Amino acid sequence: MAGSRMKLELSRVVQGRSRLGVLKGLGRTGQHSLDVPGCLLYTHFGTVPHLTQDTLHTLSNLPSVTQITLSNIAEHQEVLEEFKDGFRKFAGLHDTVLYCSLHDPATSCPTGYTTNKTVSVWGSGGRIELTVAKFMALQRTVQPDWYQSMADGETWQNNTSRKRVRKSVDRTLTHLDECLLVHQKSQELERVEVFGVVEGGDILEERVRSARETAKRPVAGFCLDGLQTGSMDHVLRSQLITAVTKELPEDKPRLLQGVGRPDEVLVCVEAGVDLFESFFPFQVTERGCALCFAFDISPDPERAGRAPPAVLELDKEREMAGEPQPNGDRNGDQTQMTPFEMNLKDKRYHDDFRPLVEGCGCYCCKNHQRAYLHHLLVTNELLAGVLLMIHNTAHYHGFFGALREALAKDKLDLLKRRVLGERGGQAERKD
Amino acid sequence: MAATTECGADSNALGNNMSLKKALSAASPLTLRVVAECPVTKARACDLILPHSDVSTPVFMPVGTQGTLKGITVDQLDGLGCQICLGNTYHLGMRPGPELIEKANGLHGFMNWKRNLLTDSGGFQMVSLVELSEVTEEGVKFKSPYDGKEILLSPEKSISIQNSLGSDIMMQLDDVVSSTVTGPRVEEAMHRSIRWLDRCIAANKNPDKQNLFAIIQGGLNAKLRKACLDEMTKRDVPGFAIGGLSGGEEKDDFWRMVTLSTDHLPREKPRYLMGVGYAVDLVVCVALGCDMFDCVFPTRTARFGSALVPWGSLQVKQKQYAKDLQPIDPDCQCPTCKRHSRAYLHALFKSDTAAMHHITIHNIAYQLSLMHSVRQSIIEGRFPEFIQTFMKRMFPSREQYPSWAVDALASVNVTLE
Repeated sequence: MAGSRMKLELSRVVQGRSRLGVLKGLGRTGQHSLDVPGCLLYTHFGTVPHLTQDTLHTLSNLPSVTQITLSNIAEHQEVLEEFKDGFRKFAGLHDTVLYCSLHDPATSCPTGYTTNKTVSVWGSGGRIELTVAKFMALQRTVQPDWYQSMADGETWQNNTSRKRVRKSVDRTLTHLDECLLVHQKSQELERVEVFGVVEGGDILEERVRSARETAKRPVAGFCLDGLQTGSMDHVLRSQLITAVTKELPEDKPRLLQGVGRPDEVLVCVEAGVDLFESFFPFQVTERGCALCFAFDISPDPERAGRAPPAVLELDKEREMAGEPQPNGDRNGDQTQMTPFEMNLKDKRYHDDFRPLVEGCGCYCCKNHQRAYLHHLLVTNELLAGVLLMIHNTAHYHGFFGALREALAKDKLDLLKRRVLGERGGQAERKD
Repeated sequence: MAATTECGADSNALGNNMSLKKALSAASPLTLRVVAECPVTKARACDLILPHSDVSTPVFMPVGTQGTLKGITVDQLDGLGCQICLGNTYHLGMRPGPELIEKANGLHGFMNWKRNLLTDSGGFQMVSLVELSEVTEEGVKFKSPYDGKEILLSPEKSISIQNSLGSDIMMQLDDVVSSTVTGPRVEEAMHRSIRWLDRCIAANKNPDKQNLFAIIQGGLNAKLRKACLDEMTKRDVPGFAIGGLSGGEEKDDFWRMVTLSTDHLPREKPRYLMGVGYAVDLVVCVALGCDMFDCVFPTRTARFGSALVPWGSLQVKQKQYAKDLQPIDPDCQCPTCKRHSRAYLHALFKSDTAAMHHITIHNIAYQLSLMHSVRQSIIEGRFPEFIQTFMKRMFPSREQYPSWAVDALASVNVTLE
């Protein structure tokens, strides 16, 4: 990895921390790139939830990096070993960069199963315990373009003791060293990049120590673990991320795990995060909701006349969903509706013949109406998940596009106002 | 053999004042062109011209019960070459209701399907799904499973809902009796279905846009079937369905009722065999002279991981496919087979619903391509040979051919090798 080809080229750093740039040299041949701030394509075993390749490719501007997780893959190790040609080919994926993480960001893992030598992942058949040897054997069969090193990430609960946090930092560093050792000896992993994992719970000194030590290793980038939504107070998280990113080299990307809400994404980008996982649109889909928050900052006169993304008619829902919680409790937070979405199961959409979001160019909005989605949801039809996933994915990646545009044009404040909603500023669009 | 005849099936026998309207409506909502007839069997290939597009028959019509085909987008369905699919009046009448669908420009507008739709009458679901149903001369009485309210589905009500749905083909409300029932109830149901047909014809508000099909009843009794055929073919409806079968009766009875029906149905009108969708049944019943088929089986079985193949079916979730790197069917051209292996689909079933969609797409592609091959062979005058090849592929040996299929095919001059 001395010859690491993944390269982050920053074009702008706003207010000393928010970074705009391009992550280059991705993939085996190095011809792929990913704009940052950006997010990866979230999948279940290489498939974007609910979508076949036909429906997925109704979406344009998809990220060039697909995230897969060992929690899905570990139980299929034997098949992949026999197959020999790596997960990408096994899954019928062709032209994408593959990033392999440990856990699925959309599901929280039970705690109490890590040991000095092992971590556990949960697949469809239950728990699978991974040693470094097994972890690396999996990476050799998966053959991703980059992967997250093995890590003890069990410190997100806010009552974790200092001793436990220290142990997790130490273990994670040991895992990293061991992974790197095996990695360098594995021919199959030549040209594959490793991301080191920064742990440290909610303890500043441990976060800083973890970052510093990880940065000394030959890693291509960093995963910030244990900071997921619901794990801690937003202010504290921003402070920790800011402190951590200060310790990390400028030219390597930082991937924040388990954070997906648009408001949190904005705050974390300001703290120096480059990459996110796109599990959030999936969670929104699973609760029968459609993302509808505004993010249009374009002064383009053609777009100016267009109806505001019909969001803020949703005052009632906002009340129901509540404002962003400074202290989300971990279970509720991930499954509860946020102010960025509309609940299409609600009766009010029964006879609403508008698209989900006025002006949205996704397949769902161009072809279907809220009333139809409402019908599919109340009748439990599978197409609801398909259409919502298409829309939510398009909307979410559109938001990241707007975020980069805002950084490029010094309009981050405007974007924030849009996303957080100029409360009361817009009235319901009446047809 | 390939003589083409064109028959407008839209004429109307309702009286003098209708004849002017009839003369003006040259754009009949249904035209059947017989493209080719098999010189050996009763099979035929037709072009069925319907308001939303032409349909090549024999045709299998996938079932989209609640205004959606289980997890498949309308663009995917269109891409597979589907020209007509079904919606269920009972389900759609309950949710979201005819008023809403009418506001959405019919079921076509509501689900954004640009091709043809056929809707059933709702009667079958009533009898099969709802326990508390009572059939009287008025109609079918039942309690709504959603709010417990008593509802009467009369012939008029069924047609009114189907008029709101705006389907290209509507089905009359018939008095459905299980095909295993015998005795006077079957005769009563047959006569009542004829009376209800007349009420349905009178109730149709859109005869210029929506075709109403009669449903031949009569259970497994040849006399009753024949009586029903005689009466119903006196009505000038655009097409006929063969109903009351495919409900668990003996296959020997089944095919005899089918062939009796096609013997007496007019050549110039489409024949729709309801509820039939197994590959062998399709091929045999095409040989017996049927043009249209529907069944939930291919799409329902897909969701349990059962993929249809020329040699039967393949249970993707079974362990034996965990390491099988071939596509479901190496000769299949569907999007699933072109991209994914059995092993990947096997594994994906444990992670995501998209696995079901992959199999659903494959199964629809299988049904449509089977019917396409059948049609081609009829047009090219080699349908009997097609049947031989098909059966050889489907069954490991001659001994395993179902005897009913052997008999049915023999009745139309095809002796299986």
